[in-house]
Amino acid sequence: MSRTLSPASRRYTLRLAVLMAAYVALLFFARWMFKHDLAKGALAYGLALLPALPIIGVFWAVMRLIVEETDEFIRLLHVRQCLVATGFCLTVMTVWEWLQNFDLVAQGNHGFGAAFFWFAGLGVGALYNRLTLGTEGGCA
Amino acid sequence: MKNRLRVLRAEREWSQQDLADRLGVSRQSVNAIETGKYDPSLPLAFRIAQAFDLTIEAIFEAD
Repeated sequence: MSRTLSPASRRYTLRLAVLMAAYVALLFFARWMFKHDLAKGALAYGLALLPALPIIGVFWAVMRLIVEETDEFIRLLHVRQCLVATGFCLTVMTVWEWLQNFDLVAQGNHGFGAAFFWFAGLGVGALYNRLTLGTEGGCA
Repeated sequence: MKNRLRVLRAEREWSQQDLADRLGVSRQSVNAIETGKYDPSLPLAFRIAQAFDLTIEAIFEAD
């Protein structure tokens, strides 16, 4: 194995690039359709969900990265990163939800959904790996 | 788990990357094992033993 990315990490990077490009395109398309009042009835539900599909795809890509990575230590880093991300996301969302329950913060998420905090959590997980095992792992 | 990876590598004048290439893993993996931050699985421990032409017990030792 060379000093460069593993084959699994290269595939992950490629999948991530494709999914992010799809996310931007679908988001603009859905917003354009709603802005021009072209989203009606069942179509509106489909359009509203379109940008969510690439985000769900990223969860799949991360799962494939863990499955396809043949280097067991690097795989461990990925798994730890995902566990930290999940814990971070659940913690933030739980705290936020309870602040909302008592009307201490505004309702709604202002575009910052669970996925946003899970992806931010991958960064926290990479930091945790760096501090405890000396290297980051590759999901963030 | 303690190990003699660094000494065995030095005896053969192998870098961490040299050993990583022989094992088919990343240099970070070799470094993590060598510094005791990560204990390898049994299959990887066997591959390490084969790379040095030694037994697992000659390389790894329980704390």
